Order: sequence, then structure tokens, then C-alpha cells
Amino acid sequence: MADLRNNFVGIKSPNPFWLASAPPTDKAYNVERAFKAGWGGVVWKTLGEEGPPVVNVNGPRYGAIWGADRRLLGLNNIELITDRPLQVNLQEMKQVKMNWPDRALIASIMVPCEEASWKAILPLVEETGADGIELNFGCPHGMSERGMGSAVGQVPEYIEMVVRWCKQYTRMPVITKLTPNITDVRKPARAAKAGGTDAVSLINTINSIVSVDLDSFAPQPTVGGKGSHGGYCGPAVKPIALNMVAEIARDPETYGLPISGIGGVTTWRDAAEFMTLGAGNVQVCTAAMTYGFKIVEEMITGLSDWMDAKGHRTLEDITGRAVPNVTDWQYLNLNYIAKAHIDQDACIKCGRCHIACEDTSHQAITSMVDGVRHFEVMEDECVGCNLCVNVCPVDNCITMVGLEAGVVDQRTGKPVDPNYANWTTHPNNPMARQAAE
Amino acid sequence: MGTNVSGIHGGRLAPADYEKNFSDLHPPLDHHEALVAADRCYFCYDAPCMTACPTSIDIPMFIRQISTGNPIGSAKTIFDQNILGGVCARVCPTETLCEQVCVRNTAEERPVEIGRLQRYATDTAMEQNIQFYQRAERTGSRIAVVGAGPAGLACAHRLAMNGHDVIIFDARVKPGGLNEYGIATYKSTDDFAQREVDYLLSIGGIEIRNGQKLGRDFTLGELTENFDAVFLGMGLAGVNALKTEGEQLSGVEDAVDFIAALRQVENKADIAIGRRVVVIGGGMTAIDAAVQSKLLGAEEVTICYRRGKEHMNASEYEQDLATSKGVMIRHWLQPKRVIGKDGKVAGIEVEYTAMQDGRLVGTGETGILAADQIFKAIGQTFDPTGVGNLRLEAGRIAIDAEGRTSMARVWAGGDCVKAGEDLTVTSVAQGRDAADSINRALAAAANPAVAVA
Repeated sequence: MADLRNNFVGIKSPNPFWLASAPPTDKAYNVERAFKAGWGGVVWKTLGEEGPPVVNVNGPRYGAIWGADRRLLGLNNIELITDRPLQVNLQEMKQVKMNWPDRALIASIMVPCEEASWKAILPLVEETGADGIELNFGCPHGMSERGMGSAVGQVPEYIEMVVRWCKQYTRMPVITKLTPNITDVRKPARAAKAGGTDAVSLINTINSIVSVDLDSFAPQPTVGGKGSHGGYCGPAVKPIALNMVAEIARDPETYGLPISGIGGVTTWRDAAEFMTLGAGNVQVCTAAMTYGFKIVEEMITGLSDWMDAKGHRTLEDITGRAVPNVTDWQYLNLNYIAKAHIDQDACIKCGRCHIACEDTSHQAITSMVDGVRHFEVMEDECVGCNLCVNVCPVDNCITMVGLEAGVVDQRTGKPVDPNYANWTTHPNNPMARQAAE
Repeated sequence: MGTNVSGIHGGRLAPADYEKNFSDLHPPLDHHEALVAADRCYFCYDAPCMTACPTSIDIPMFIRQISTGNPIGSAKTIFDQNILGGVCARVCPTETLCEQVCVRNTAEERPVEIGRLQRYATDTAMEQNIQFYQRAERTGSRIAVVGAGPAGLACAHRLAMNGHDVIIFDARVKPGGLNEYGIATYKSTDDFAQREVDYLLSIGGIEIRNGQKLGRDFTLGELTENFDAVFLGMGLAGVNALKTEGEQLSGVEDAVDFIAALRQVENKADIAIGRRVVVIGGGMTAIDAAVQSKLLGAEEVTICYRRGKEHMNASEYEQDLATSKGVMIRHWLQPKRVIGKDGKVAGIEVEYTAMQDGRLVGTGETGILAADQIFKAIGQTFDPTGVGNLRLEAGRIAIDAEGRTSMARVWAGGDCVKAGEDLTVTSVAQGRDAADSINRALAAAANPAVAVA
């Protein structure tokens, strides 16, 4: 049995699946249910400063996009931080932590960008027994208009400053949550590190308008005839999150900085991918909001079974394993040649590979052979682009097969060169470096 | 409630059972079901379903239009190719056409529900009475159509669209042909055939004259004389006889008459049905008669077919439907003699058959099936009364690829032609294509230069 116990910057949890700071973690009732369902930890919904709490809209807060069969692919929300009084949240956090000492409980915090505000709230949070804090520098809607959330996360100097205050005024580990609404995510990560953060977590939600009501001509969710941009999350944002996690994991300046991976984690496989790209654990929200807390069972068993099957014993065995394989385009081996191959037994003859290739790519797949409907790759035309694999509705029907060194590429008529060669030395590159004589 | 006495009687069931038994075989998909079903379509390239459809409906496109919330656009995609897409959605043997070749069969042995999706789209447009077609400027040409069945209606609609004036002559009281008189009641409910005719006639320019039979009320010669073109789509008026002793006994009936009567009757309990029913035949008509006999409360219904299961014209799906309703299908049995008692049917003597040197022969072994009622469903024939010298082929009207007969300015299509597959959808295709051919011919006659160019 694989050991799924997680130690993230000293915060221990029985598994690496935490619920992200969001509606599912807004109160004790939900968090208790989550822990009963098996979640390893929760990041409590973001606390604001003492005083009258924020208010939410009273109309719809969420919008969505769907795939086939109305599977929810992306969710957008305009909900703000917790709209419950600070003291209520603190009391509940303290009680829940007492009830569940083996689970991780993290407090997400968002207060104005002033030292006094942070200095005031940190002791109150610490008193709950929370295992750590997460600085919400990410929410792109509502709070950012008030100079908080992503408004802070978009200015590296502010990040560094606030992280420094937090490290100064609390002994709790500090996790800095980053916004993806920025050009180069390495800059805020470096700033957080410079401020002394223990870890970063990412991504927060992405600025988005998820859809437009074509009768009222208003963005959705529509509140009284108007809509506002919201924060986008769910399976659709996973690729963006994976890239940002990898960018930080492989940046020499932040290399080794613990990362809590967030963004569209829906299955054990998503979690494993985040972890191999450098995340020490993952946080989940949309999947729980779509299917309920029970999904964590699938994540736990799936990750454990995969690790058993592959002989990985602990999470340390997989964390960061894919990072060395993330590189820049210019270093990709241009001598590597692959061709698509269609498994005729698995093929259901829908023809989508053909029309995708014919209309939009390289005209390398037949539609008819000897008068019979038949889809086959023409290796003399195939550039190995993988589009056919991506549009095929049958799993594993079309695969990419790498050509062995020495085998003649039917398209170019040249044998496959066994040597690695990339763009930096390619003759067509005007900037190419001279290979050593 | 009800009665199970021997002999042929109505009212075998409680009133509620009639309603239940003769309601829609496949209830319509609701909005949610349609979206789920539509999502299963892969939008195949050069889709096999489209190739398999005799009217070449762009099936992937109409399904995609459903899934994107555009059922009205979807209906137009269907009607563009098949103005009788509503009834075809109900009666097409999709299991041997579009759905048989759906790639989802290869993938998971369950095709996209094309027929039901087509019904969803066409019902949506028809319920809102959305009319997609306007008549072109009137040409002044007048065309006679014989038969207001699927072929005649499809032909008339396409001709009217092109600006021609059409008069349809139909022998029956109501238009619709087999849609009105020949379909099992549970396949097309709520007077759908008449609603579809009304919907189709809304284009204008089409007049239907009922009770007008070719050869009785008018001749083909009169039509060619008085009209610019003629389309013959009168279907098959004759039925094959058993040609056995006892065929004249009371209780021996034509299955097509039974099916027609059942469709027309107000109260199904008024249709008398035997306690034991034997249906002779192996096609769709045999299945429809047998299933409906059972649904009317017959205790025992047996189909006797003189060849094997694999030779039956009824699709496997239809055979399964029959057996699921409690119909017994027996193969390799041919009728030998109808046995009577007091002038009424009492049973039927059947003989076992076998293939010998490629020929079907009786083995000499016989048996007797008790029966109060026997339905003959051993094929229909073309009645050539009134078609004059028109060339026939295998007993039906001979046509070329465009639907032209051997006589100038006379076209034909549907079950009355040789090329027919005896399917509603094939008849629609033939009627439509003949209309296009007529239109081209009339245009060429009116303006030869343009036609050549």
C-alpha cells in the first residue's frame, strides 16, 4: 500500500487532498462533512478583517460552460470572501480543529494591504490552533476593486511586503496564494520567496466572462440585468495551472519552493500530474462543488492504486518527477520523428481523424481504400502532429509511434538521425550557434 | 371486464388497456432526453447514417443543431431532404437503415437514437407550425398526382415549391395513403398522418380530390391530356390470396384491411378479434397484424411463415417486438387448408416446408392449428387498372433513374414501381426526385436554351 501521508511545510495530513478556500469551506457544517468524507485538509474560506462582514450579491453567483452530456467543464464565480462575522468563523475553526486533530486546517486571509490590519488578525487566527495561513492574493473579482486579492497579487513588491509582515507577526507557516491574472507567474513567486514565504499555492481563479445571455444581452451570471467578470475554475483551467506550477518549479530562483497545486483537479490523475510537476499537495474545489465531497474517495484510491502499480511508495517518490522534463521549445529534439498509427480493430470508422487531417492539417489519412471506408495513416504525408489522436473518440485507437534511429522517414526520404539536435544549432536558425568543430 | 370467449369478438379488454396498448410505441424524447441523445453523435465525416438514409438527410448536422439548442433549424435540415420526416421518424425501420450503420454500434453496440431525435426536431417545428418553404412564382404548369401517399405527397410538395399547381387524386376518403391506413396504430398516434398532410399542404398550390380512383373515375389518358405532367404514386391496391381450400370462410381476412380498420375506428373495443389468431406471412404487415391482435386481447397469436427466420422481411427488431408482446413466430410452415365449422374458421392445416435444391417444398408432414381468425399477410400486388399501355416490370410500373415511365410526361414512384423497397422513406425519395425531374422537364420545355445551358 502506498503511503499517502502528506507533510507540506510541516503541516501534516493523512492524504494530499485539501479543499481549497472557497464556498465548500465556509463553515463548520461543510468542513465537518468534508473531513468525514476523507479530505486530508481544508483551507477555510477567506477571512476578512474584524467588523461588518462583506456582503454577497443575492442573485446568481456562478456561471458555467459544459461539455457533452452537460458535464461541467468550467465554473465562474463572483462570490466574495466569507460574509460571516470573523468571530463566528474563528470559533468554528477552533472547534473543528479540536474535533479533527489529524487533519490540516489552514486559514485563508485577506485584509487591506496595511501592516496594522495583518498584525491585528494574525494572533486571532493563531489562537484557533490552525496549522497555517494562506494569503489570498488571488481573487480577481470584487475584492480586487477594493485593493485586495489579485490587486495585491499583481504587484510583486506588495506580495513581498505582506509576506514579510506575516512572517514577522506569526509562527504559523505562510502559504502565498498566487493569481494567474499576470503575465509571468515567476515574478510574484520570486517576490513571495523573497518575503520569506514557506510555500506558494496556485492558481487562483482566472478573470472570465463565462457566457452571455442572448435574450437579455448580459453576461452570465446576470444580476439584475448586469454581469461582472468572475473567477474561472474547474477542469478547463487545469492546463493553465499545470504550466504555471511547472514554471515556478523549474525556475532556478524558486526551485524547491513548496507548491500547493490548485486548478481543475478533478481526479486522482489530475492530482498526480500536479505533483509530478512539483506540487507537494493539491487543493480541490470545483470537483467537490460539482459532485460532492465523496469524490475524494476516488482520488485517494486512484492515486494509491497507481502508486502501487508503479512501485512508488511515498508522495516524495513522485513529487517533482516531471519537472526535469519540462523544457523550452528550443531544446526539443528535432531529430525525433513520430507517426500516427490507427489500430484498425479499435477504429469505429467515424472519420473524424480523416476530416481533421484533410481539412486542417496535412492530408495524411485516407477515407476510402479500394472503394471501402477505411482510415489509415499515409506515412509519407504524416508529420506526427497528434491532432488525429486528439480528435479520435476512442481511447487508444490512434497512437503516436516514434521511429527508430536509422529507419527511413517516408515523408522526407531520410533515415532517422540517432543524435539529439535542437533549434539552437539548426541550420535554418539565423541565431544558431556554431557547432564545435 | 373484457371477455376471453372463443370466436371473434370486440371488447376483450378493459377500456384502459386499449388506451395503454395503442399509445405511442416509442414515446417522444423530452428536451433533456433529446440533448443527452444528441450528445452521443460523433458528427462523423461522410457519415454512414446519411449514406444509409434513402432521402440522404444530413443526420450529423440535424443532430448537432439539436445539441446546440436549434431544433427548428434541425427540422429544416430534415425537411429539406424529406418533407415527410415526421412520419419517417416514426415508422422507418431505422435498425436496418441509419441506426444500423451508426459507428456507435461498433463502439458500444448502441446506436445514436436517430429516429427519435428526428421526431424531436420535426415535432418541435410542426407543433409551432413553422413553415420553411414558400412557393416560387407560379409557373402556370398543372400537374396531376395519383395517390396521396408518401410518394405523391412528397412529389406534390416539391412541385408546389417550384411554383407548379398540383391536383392530387386519391381513391380513399382521407389522404395520407399508408401513413393513414397502413401503419400499426401505436407507431403513429394522435391523428399524426392528417396533421402531417395539413402541415405539408400549408405551402399552397396543392388540391386533393378524395374518392377519385384511377381506372374507375378517370383514366391516365385524361390526365395526360389535361395536365402538363402526371405522377403516379398509387401504391399497391391488391393483396395476394392464399389459394387454399376454405379461404372464403368467415374469419379469413386480409391483414391490411384489419390494420386499416384499426387505425380508423374511434373505439378500439369495436374491433372484433379472435381468441386464437393465426397470421400467415413474414413481413412487416404480418408483424403489425399479429402484434395488434395481441394488443386487442387475443389469447394466442401465431405467425406462420413458410421460410426461416433469416428470410423474413420483417426486421429482427420487429420480430423481437412481436415476441415481446407474446406473439409466437413459427417458421417453415405453409398453409394447406383452412378448416371450418358452421361456415366459420375453426383452424388451419399447415404443412412443414424445407429447402430442396434451392427450392421451397412441402415435406408432406402436416399439423393443425386451432384458430378463430386468420389474417393473410402474404404480400400486396400492384393493380394495373387504368394505367393503359404503361410498361410494367415484375408486375409493377417500370421507371428509369429519374422516375420516368415508358410514357412521355408520366412519372411514377413509391410502392407501385418496380424499384420500390416498400418503405415510406424510399417512396418519399422517389416522389421528391420525380418532382425534380418533372421540374427540369417543364423548364426545358418552356425555355429550351436555358435548359441546354
